[in-house]
Amino acid sequence: MAIPTYAGKLERSWYYSYRVICALIFLFLIGPILIIIPLSFNVQPYFTFTPEMLSLDPAGYSLRWYEEFFASEEWMRSIKNSFFVAICSTIIATSLGTLAALGLSRPEMPYRALLMSILISPMIVPLIISAAGMFFFYSSINLAGTFLGLILAHTALGIPFVVITVTATLSGFDYSLTRAAAALGANPRTVFFKIMLPLVTPGVISGALFAFITSFDEVVVAIFVAGPEQRTIPLQMWGGIREQISPTILAVATLLVIISIMLLTFLELIRRRSERQRGLAPG
Amino acid sequence: MATSYSKVGEMTTNDGVPLKVSLQRSQRKLKIWAFLLVAPLLLFIIVSFIIPVVNMSLRGVENPQVHTIMPNVTKALARWEGVDLPDEATYAALVLDLQEGRKNKNIGKVASRLNYERSGMRRVISGSARKAVKLTEGPYKKQMIKIDKSWGDVAVWSLIKRESGQFTFSYLISAVDYRTNDQGNIEAKPENKQIYKALFGRTLIMSFTITAICILLAYPIAYLLATLPLAKSNLLMILVLLPFWTSLLVRTTTWIVLLQTQGVLNDVLVWMNIIDEAGRLQMIFNKTGTIVAMTHILLPFMILPLYSVMKTIPPTYMRAALSLGANPVVAFVRVYIPMTVSGIGAGSLLVFILSIGYYITPALVGGQSGLLISNMIAYHMQNSLNWGLAGALGFILLVIVMVFYSIFNKVIGIDKMKMG
Amino acid sequence: MKKLLKLSIIATAIAAVSLGSIAQAEETFTVVSWGGAYTKSQQRAYSEPYTAKTGTKFLHEDKSGTALAGIRSQVEANNVTWDLVDILEGDAMIACDEGLVEEINYDEILAAAPDGTPASADFLGGLNGCFIPQIYYATLFAFNDEMFPGEKPSTIADVFDLEKFPGKRALEKIPAGNLEWALMAWGVAPDKVYDLLDTEEGIALAFKKLDTIKDSVIWWEAGAQPPQLLSDKEVSIASGYNGRFFGAQVNEKQPFTIIWDGQVAEIDGWVVPKGKLTDEMKAYIKFATDTQRLADQSKYISYGPARKSSAAFVDKHADTGIDMKPHMPTSPANFTNPIIKNAEWWANNKDDMSERFNAWLSK
Repeated sequence: MAIPTYAGKLERSWYYSYRVICALIFLFLIGPILIIIPLSFNVQPYFTFTPEMLSLDPAGYSLRWYEEFFASEEWMRSIKNSFFVAICSTIIATSLGTLAALGLSRPEMPYRALLMSILISPMIVPLIISAAGMFFFYSSINLAGTFLGLILAHTALGIPFVVITVTATLSGFDYSLTRAAAALGANPRTVFFKIMLPLVTPGVISGALFAFITSFDEVVVAIFVAGPEQRTIPLQMWGGIREQISPTILAVATLLVIISIMLLTFLELIRRRSERQRGLAPG
Repeated sequence: MATSYSKVGEMTTNDGVPLKVSLQRSQRKLKIWAFLLVAPLLLFIIVSFIIPVVNMSLRGVENPQVHTIMPNVTKALARWEGVDLPDEATYAALVLDLQEGRKNKNIGKVASRLNYERSGMRRVISGSARKAVKLTEGPYKKQMIKIDKSWGDVAVWSLIKRESGQFTFSYLISAVDYRTNDQGNIEAKPENKQIYKALFGRTLIMSFTITAICILLAYPIAYLLATLPLAKSNLLMILVLLPFWTSLLVRTTTWIVLLQTQGVLNDVLVWMNIIDEAGRLQMIFNKTGTIVAMTHILLPFMILPLYSVMKTIPPTYMRAALSLGANPVVAFVRVYIPMTVSGIGAGSLLVFILSIGYYITPALVGGQSGLLISNMIAYHMQNSLNWGLAGALGFILLVIVMVFYSIFNKVIGIDKMKMG
Repeated sequence: MKKLLKLSIIATAIAAVSLGSIAQAEETFTVVSWGGAYTKSQQRAYSEPYTAKTGTKFLHEDKSGTALAGIRSQVEANNVTWDLVDILEGDAMIACDEGLVEEINYDEILAAAPDGTPASADFLGGLNGCFIPQIYYATLFAFNDEMFPGEKPSTIADVFDLEKFPGKRALEKIPAGNLEWALMAWGVAPDKVYDLLDTEEGIALAFKKLDTIKDSVIWWEAGAQPPQLLSDKEVSIASGYNGRFFGAQVNEKQPFTIIWDGQVAEIDGWVVPKGKLTDEMKAYIKFATDTQRLADQSKYISYGPARKSSAAFVDKHADTGIDMKPHMPTSPANFTNPIIKNAEWWANNKDDMSERFNAWLSK
């Protein structure tokens, strides 16, 4: 929406103020996330910019909080736990979720709306209710305080994202393609692997990423369901923030921001590739 | 080969089955196939999620303590009228149950349960159980009243009778700030004990506020993204998606760092001489803190659906309106905005539903005035241990969310929702 | 497809490897405590020496704040994962009554004093059947010196006097302690506090006093917060545990002064969840609560040992060499006007008081 050359004074000023408003909202979105990055290098245990930092004096910066983080056995353990739980729940959520999405998007699927609502419910039910419910139920079947319990819980929370993204990819799917393939003599297996799968793969991968980040970032259910051996990064952070924000937390936060940038880039690459494949995007 | 006709005009397949039947059969087969694909996930969700949530809601009405630990009293009280003190047989049953409960070490559960309803019942039950062990012969009525004078109080007996059923409404009643008085009537709790109604109200009002702010902030951004050339908008989209993908705890932490009294924003304001050292603003650990942080966290959920709707609106519509001589503002309000209503609706309901159930952010930045109903449920889960009340509050919250969700489903349809 | 397959194989492999490294073989006790400096002092005084002696490993979990909830759900589910839980006396009484924790035969399980006095006669109190007392600690007020250049607050009444001593206050977000102090601020003697709280007027009076400072209060929930709030100057006076303030004074050289007036003295100790009183656990408890070990904890944190015979062994701070005796809440100079927390009163009235307190907070 370039400004037309014939625009009047009023339009011009509106055009620029609109741009300024947008810039401010973008600042609101992204500023807070970026500001903790320099603060995590503060040599002092404060959460504000010291005069040394503002004058870009190298003495005002240090890696001590990162050293503390990497030297801490608890934090290292929580990283391991987080990745383990997130990867396991992603695998389960993605495989079950993709299968279900394939079924859901068939034109002949009965009770689709009802089933969809049930499968999406972990996203809608307030987390505290899910967490409390899982705490009681998993305790009663001896799953509370175990890795399996936490993985199952996180899988349930990740499933809606897989179902939504994969069904969205399939929503434009033309089923006459599969019929055509079948008519040409392809058996159902070939149809599935040669026709369906390549088309849903981008949806599956982005669904998997959502499931991964859901588990990786999850804290409410973990508070209730995880035991001391399952302490994850968010749990460790939650304890830290509640008591006192040590600058180590800012270092962890910075690392987490970097991880999300990586995931986001990955997702963007996949999206572009699939758009090219479908011939939606130029180039 | 030869197509046969069983009846004139009805087509059949090679083996003579009518085509309609055959099609139906294959259709049913496909249906079963589709369902089989969904079945494993459905089973998984039901076991790992639906059962726990239903189970949690049921806690709000379950009442096993008196019923199972004091079975004799429960039976004896069934025929009690509730006017005068119960008869000697009931007191004998009481002594028996207390002795048994003391021996099995579970009488404390009754004590905890009844103490929620009436302060001091813990002492009455546990203390009496300790002393009742020594009683060997009747009449028990006098001896029990001597052990604790509460046993001579009809109100205490009414309470036990009321809570001796397997199920109770007292948690649900309590969750809306009512109680059952000594006469057995339901009445409002005294002013100084009312809390949940106000908290539900606050939760709804704050969710509305956050949703409204999100609409205001998301609209210009989504419009910009939808109207810019693809290359530019993709770049700016990253600024929306990065917060979306960043850990909730990171985003909450960052607001604490920014807004606290000794934080970055106050420092800047002091440095710019807008406020002095003593006049540092309290921007966090209150309602403001919760609203600001939650708006930041939920804003992408508003921008994304708005954007996907706006992208489908051809720019020619606006141009047409303008070329027909409409004032740009009028054209925008009367032509453009109505076309984006479905996006506003989707985003609003999503943000609203998510914010009603928020727990982590209010707990960290809400201080006292910024707490929501979820925080109270967590409090009853972990601190007061009144799990029945937590179940009742959770059930009410769940019903509220479900109502808004079904509106969402009716108006927009959950399968229309897109992510990222 | 191949890529996806490869990806999931790699993921499974990573998962399997990390699971392998997580699995443990040795005998481990999961000990639940309050976290921070307190857990550290227990580690240094009890569990580390015990590991050195026997090889038993310890896993520390900071969940004492919600200990009763944890024990109750674990016992109800028949899935007890905690071996030893640090808990307050009042909660221990409730857990004991509900049959959630093991009963302790004190003279059999706890070591006698060096002079042969049986354990049941050597402990200062709190032996209610299940509870194993460890320390006497105090919840009290402390202030940041730098916030009061002139006259310094020294009594509970001063804490409630916002005009004479300006600045915000930090109080714990529970009724216990705050109600007692509010009455003391009216001038009620510490030993009359609970009698008054048994009456409706007394409770109303307490809330009326709290009303006067409500707008200036920041409510804390974790024991590590008050020293942090004081050092950040977010508040000028904070209530908190005396050991945490002491830690900030010595370890971080914070300019804090403790107001010993109106300290709320309370016993903290251990309970053993149902089914966990094994022979190994008995051996550890006997080791960790003997006269010397209880006194050892006071080398790391300023809490008073719960045994009479330990008093003579209270020594210097392990890191700084400061004499710990004057920093004990139970030392005569500090124990002049204490409120002895009535655990039984709170066990009976906590539900009711919390309801009122929360309603009051939300107004």
